[in-house]
Amino acid sequence: MRHKFGFIIFILILCLTACGSKAGSSASNPDLALQSQTIDNKGSDTIVNLALAWAERYQTIKPDVKISVTGGGSGTGLTALINKSVDIANASRHIKPEELEAAKKAGMNPQEFVIARDAIAVIVNPENPVNYLTLAQLSAIYRGEITNWKEVGGEDRPIVKLSRETNSGTHVFFLETVIRFGNTDDKTIFSADTLLLPSSEGIIAEVKENPNAIGYDGLGYVTHEVKMVAISSLETPEVYVIPSADTVADSSYLISRNLFMYTPDKPTGEIEAYIDWILSAEAQQIVRELGFVPIVDNERK
Amino acid sequence: MKENRMAPKKQIGDTVITSIIKVCGYSSILFVGLILVFLLKEGLPALKDVPITSLFSIRWYPIEGLFGILPLIFGTLLVTISATLIALPFGLGTAIFISEVAPRWIKEILKPIVEILAGIPSVVLGFIGILVIVPFFRKFLDLPTGLTAFTGAVLLGLIAIPTIVSVAEDALNTVPPGYRQAGLALGATRWQTIWGVTVPAAKTGILTAVMLGIGRALGETMAVMMVTGNAPVLPSGLNAIFEPVRTMTATIASEMGEVATGSQHYQVLFLIGILLFLLSLVINITASAVSTKQRKRAERILS
Repeated sequence: MRHKFGFIIFILILCLTACGSKAGSSASNPDLALQSQTIDNKGSDTIVNLALAWAERYQTIKPDVKISVTGGGSGTGLTALINKSVDIANASRHIKPEELEAAKKAGMNPQEFVIARDAIAVIVNPENPVNYLTLAQLSAIYRGEITNWKEVGGEDRPIVKLSRETNSGTHVFFLETVIRFGNTDDKTIFSADTLLLPSSEGIIAEVKENPNAIGYDGLGYVTHEVKMVAISSLETPEVYVIPSADTVADSSYLISRNLFMYTPDKPTGEIEAYIDWILSAEAQQIVRELGFVPIVDNERK
Repeated sequence: MKENRMAPKKQIGDTVITSIIKVCGYSSILFVGLILVFLLKEGLPALKDVPITSLFSIRWYPIEGLFGILPLIFGTLLVTISATLIALPFGLGTAIFISEVAPRWIKEILKPIVEILAGIPSVVLGFIGILVIVPFFRKFLDLPTGLTAFTGAVLLGLIAIPTIVSVAEDALNTVPPGYRQAGLALGATRWQTIWGVTVPAAKTGILTAVMLGIGRALGETMAVMMVTGNAPVLPSGLNAIFEPVRTMTATIASEMGEVATGSQHYQVLFLIGILLFLLSLVINITASAVSTKQRKRAERILS
């Protein structure tokens, strides 16, 4: 009998806790809706640190607006936007025609905002004597045509090519700008033995440790433990440029791009206020602090 | 009197409990069935929409519509088999040591330690892999990079060992002490008794342990994704184990978030899921087939 009582009490407790949590949540939800709004912000891993810094600062300005930031890649963010699970998608590339079509099919009219500029730095191990590469050499390395560092003036070592995964906007941008030289008819792709690492940190960690490695990463991620390589363009192969805020701003560094935020429709209310704030001078100062390049006034419109 | 009064009540309780347990049992069949149906529904259209020649080509680059799954199948098989080869001797050795050889106090220290090892999240092992094992293998084996199938196999071995140890050790413990005493009484040494009597008697359980270990290695994603380099290359020769590979699980994990629902890429990822499902099914069927065969033989000998 005691057992049976124990069992009944157990069931009762289960019921009570279930009811309790239900009651609790239904009571707290309207409160939340009244007091504060949550903005879900997801996408590009390149932007995630910047988006976090913005969200943290914005919290001090408007404590009642909660902003949740997650990474995952530009494709991930835009897919989430189309699936209506986020309010703002971060992307380090333009929305693809297929994605735009899918969004329109879901009844949206995605709006694009340029929120910062970024350079893709090509990085090697500090022990590697190679300091300069032409764009043609860089492309040949990632196409798999150059496989030893001695062919580009380095030591006799195999080249280990590192890249982000294919869902990364950085991957797609590098493919189009470097490997294909911006030529849209070109169908060349990364050589099959390119290592696809799931995170920017993974690339930095391997380059830092391995003198054979070459990788690329957003300028904001590059640490002092790796060495940036100066890159020259196809037109002026003798002028090598190191990525920095200045060389991106004056467009002399080739591998640079805009960073975007997308909203499902024309933003309203708190989301509009947040994006306006991001484009303000105060938020753009954070862009500079994190190693990205702020957008200049005429680009803001 | 009291007994009689209680009996019907007890029976009702029994029926209730039995039916609850029954529902639990059947629900797991239902879940497996539903998972299979879902996988087939999402994945099979890939066979229709993507040309077979493309599916069985050697290049995986989904954003350009290249869906060659051969390198991925190869990567999974290579890493899983090597991990099993690493985990098997270590796991069995540890299990035999704990169950048969070690004095009581060592046993009481070792068992919890193995259980702690089983509880370490694989992503933590992946971190240790990236920071310690990858650089170590690159320098020690003089490889272009430490992000290789071998590194993945070593980590997976580490992940599979606790499973193998705890299940195999339980199996060895169920062997009646009389078997060992008989072996020793016949003049066999301790090692001869272990190898000739105890281990064969526990064969079924040990086999289950190995299969569970393989299953663990096959399904592991995070640690593998972090240390194998994820390059979808087919083997060029025997040293493929020291080159980067991309496994099926890592492919699904890293690409599922980005794909548009219903696209070709999405379907092919589900097709890979079906293949993984089939692989683990084959492993399970082999295991149960071998163990029933063994049991029948054992029953014949004992009777």
